[in-house]
Amino acid sequence: MAELTHVVEALLFVASEPLTLAQLADAADCSTEAVERALDALGERHADGRSGVVLERVSSGYALRAADAAAMACARLLDRSPDRPFSQAALETLAIIAYAGPVSRPEIARIRGVSADGTVASLSERGLIEESGRGDTPGAPVLYRTTSVFDRVFSLAEGRASLPALDQIVPGEADPDALRDRLQAVAAERA
Amino acid sequence: MASQSVLNLDLDLDLFAGPFDLLLTLVLRDDVELSEVAVAEICVAYVEHAGSDPSVDLEAMSEFLVLVSALCELKSRLLLPGEELEDVDDALASAEELAARLAEYARAGAAAEWLRRRREEVGARLFRTTPPALRAPRPRDQPLPAGDPRGLVAALTRLLTPPPSPDLAHLPKRLLPVRDFLDRFRRLLDERGTFTFDDACAGLDRMGQAVAFWALLDLYKRGEVRMAQVDPFAPIRIARAAGLLLDRDEALDSEASEAVA
Repeated sequence: MAELTHVVEALLFVASEPLTLAQLADAADCSTEAVERALDALGERHADGRSGVVLERVSSGYALRAADAAAMACARLLDRSPDRPFSQAALETLAIIAYAGPVSRPEIARIRGVSADGTVASLSERGLIEESGRGDTPGAPVLYRTTSVFDRVFSLAEGRASLPALDQIVPGEADPDALRDRLQAVAAERA
Repeated sequence: MASQSVLNLDLDLDLFAGPFDLLLTLVLRDDVELSEVAVAEICVAYVEHAGSDPSVDLEAMSEFLVLVSALCELKSRLLLPGEELEDVDDALASAEELAARLAEYARAGAAAEWLRRRREEVGARLFRTTPPALRAPRPRDQPLPAGDPRGLVAALTRLLTPPPSPDLAHLPKRLLPVRDFLDRFRRLLDERGTFTFDDACAGLDRMGQAVAFWALLDLYKRGEVRMAQVDPFAPIRIARAAGLLLDRDEALDSEASEAVA
């Protein structure tokens, strides 16, 4: 068992993207059940605070990342900010793609009211979104979806399924009728 | 959701004085006649407001443009003559569209706010992101074709084996020097003074006759011989260039006498 744990640890170390149970089992030439047990052992060993490397589960499998305590040092080594901020435009575009994706740039622009070309290109360059075929609408625009990098950056263990339902986070006035009622109430007070 | 800096923009128009969001509300309620509202003055007010604020909020500016564009569309439809009944319906539809668009944008904004808080909660996430160098997955869902796979290997091996070189041993290596025919024709001219090509090349195959004719052309080119042929496919008669060739009748008579002989 210890040997398989070491093998799984090595596989996750050399991989540059999350590995599924099937991939791990195939590479280690063992059953998925054995890999799951090895992952349990690795999870204890590589929990945050116990190791410089943390085992995390994301929608597309399992992966290793730097522990929070080591993030700053890693950022200095990589010469980049550990928590590179997102602009409001980037967050809105990510939200639209995450909730409504696959979605095209014109659709994103329609919802946001401004062109999304630059933001989409930037997010694509950062690996947070990727192309996902073409739409059926006239012109067959390119569709975009979020990636496993997005899941890892926002720590979404189940991917988009980990996102909260919109009705849990959107204020009531976001409903068109509610929005109109709210505006009219304000108007009644001020008129 | 439209930012507060846009909605709270104070307007002082001829028709209306108050915050921008109130004007939008009154327009949606039809309490303010949009055709009477000077949209250009709203734009001027916003430009002055933006100029007084040293910080540039591109998002707020974009939202303002969207809202003002919607107002312009509403107003332009109202101002078009001759379509009053339809204008009312269109204006209501535009108002509904404006409200729906604001609501949709509000939902995206709320989701973006959740992502921002989530990002703050989970903190930095650093991990390897270089392109994967994994081997291609085994195509387990694509079974091999029926039959023994070794047969495919054997077939491929046969295809990759170069074929043997063709055996040319049965082809005799023949050398027919032109010079031999040059000597032969010169000797005949010395001995006979004149001769026919068929007589000189009797018994030669096609290749031999071709080389002989080549030699004859070479002699003609050098100016050593003259040639005559009375009809197509008739015998070619050759003589020295300095000598006399028989004329047509003499040639025929000569051939006849040779044939008789």
